[in-house]
Amino acid sequence: MIEIRNIEKKFGNNHVLKNVSSLFERGKTNLIIGESGSGKTTLIKILIGLHNIDSGNVLFDGVDFNAIKTKEQRLLRQEIGMLFQGGALYDYMSVEENIMFPLNMFTEKTEIEKLERVNFCLNRVKLEGKNELMPSELSGGMTKRVAIARAIVMQPKYLLCDEPNSGLDPKTAIIIDNLIQEITKEYNITTIVNTHDMNSVMEIGENITFINKGEIWWQGNKDELLNSNNKELNNFVFASELFKLLKKT
Amino acid sequence: MTKTLHHLGHYFIMMNKVMSKPENWGVFRKQLTQEIEKIGINSVSLVIILSFFVGAVVSIQTAINMNSPLLPSYLVGLASRDSLILEFSPTMISLILAGKVGSSIASELGSMRVTEQIDALEIMGINSASFLILPKVIAAVFFFPFLIIISMVVGMIGAWAGGLSADITTADFMFGLKYDFTPFYINYAIIKTIFFAFIISTVSAYFGYHTKGGAIAVGKASTTAVVTSSILILLFNYILTDIILS
Repeated sequence: MIEIRNIEKKFGNNHVLKNVSSLFERGKTNLIIGESGSGKTTLIKILIGLHNIDSGNVLFDGVDFNAIKTKEQRLLRQEIGMLFQGGALYDYMSVEENIMFPLNMFTEKTEIEKLERVNFCLNRVKLEGKNELMPSELSGGMTKRVAIARAIVMQPKYLLCDEPNSGLDPKTAIIIDNLIQEITKEYNITTIVNTHDMNSVMEIGENITFINKGEIWWQGNKDELLNSNNKELNNFVFASELFKLLKKT
Repeated sequence: MTKTLHHLGHYFIMMNKVMSKPENWGVFRKQLTQEIEKIGINSVSLVIILSFFVGAVVSIQTAINMNSPLLPSYLVGLASRDSLILEFSPTMISLILAGKVGSSIASELGSMRVTEQIDALEIMGINSASFLILPKVIAAVFFFPFLIIISMVVGMIGAWAGGLSADITTADFMFGLKYDFTPFYINYAIIKTIFFAFIISTVSAYFGYHTKGGAIAVGKASTTAVVTSSILILLFNYILTDIILS
């Protein structure tokens, strides 16, 4: 479980996050939605410690990330798997080396054990046998799947995903969404997905947080989302003709 | 002035992170080997080509400017030797390496920054500055002196070849090469090179590591890294020469 309490963040005079509080539950896909520039990427970067907060608390199962020492923060980070928007695969490493990298850095496993774990993760994301490919040889969907495999190789307690579907066709996007949800359930991890893709929201949105102008405006599940009276949320959700039609039906 | 202080502050903060114990020695050794190959071994051919031809040109120009019968022809060997050891090999080769190696380091780290690969390292709990930059600094500081020694040797071979084409006999050239030789000049050149290697690797890494934006920012970081490294090399060349040789 990840909890954020009264998060405040400013960049100069730009007040990006205003008194943001929320609870992201274990075993559920928690979605943060909002327009571009609403503050959701800043929020996810705060969660992973890439941005410092001006005030507030970020609690990982009760442990305040900003109250612990740098060394303890590093250990905590090893429990976080992160899926970046572009995959962030190391382009000088093969698929196998990318996935094995955290194991090389932080475990004492033998080469055989590491390879077994890598192959297990590759099978899990349905990329068996692709060990030797380089990131430049992968399609967008494959890159995301390799990034997921790398994110889960250390069996993380938390999985954070920043725009996992950006740049993917709808069919591949659904495959990635379902993979994230399956992994969340299978390993009972706390997953937070940062997205503005409404298809994702309807596919895997169990606990949705709508962030607008740096504030949380609405929270609920995907069924409640369609029946909400929140004007700002409706403007965001029903922006496309397809979703307007959905609302009518 | 404020901008310079800002960069200086961030540079020292970064260096503080860089100079920490590697998290995994096995991975560090592998990284170091790769960097020695990228930064050092891959620069050997460039250094050889440059040094040979510049050595030859220095020798020919010296011979042309010393055509007085009062000046002994062995002076061509002596002048070429001192020019190469004192200035060309340590300083000019370092300036050229600032262009080759410095831009490579800055653009590599800059690309990693804009594609979030550095963020990915941080999230794994890895000290990204130390992991990425320390092997580059060690590789440069360790290998550049070898490149400079190669440059001196090849430069002198080039000077000999150039001397032959300017009618300087091998015996005269060799006599000049050995005449009044001060071995300390080699130490002086190596000390300078170590400083320059540190400047090239850390300054380029600084601009690459702190890249913000996209592809244009990576290009800009690379250019700034080369320009700044070159200016600092010239500045420290003056300071070190004043301290060591005065």
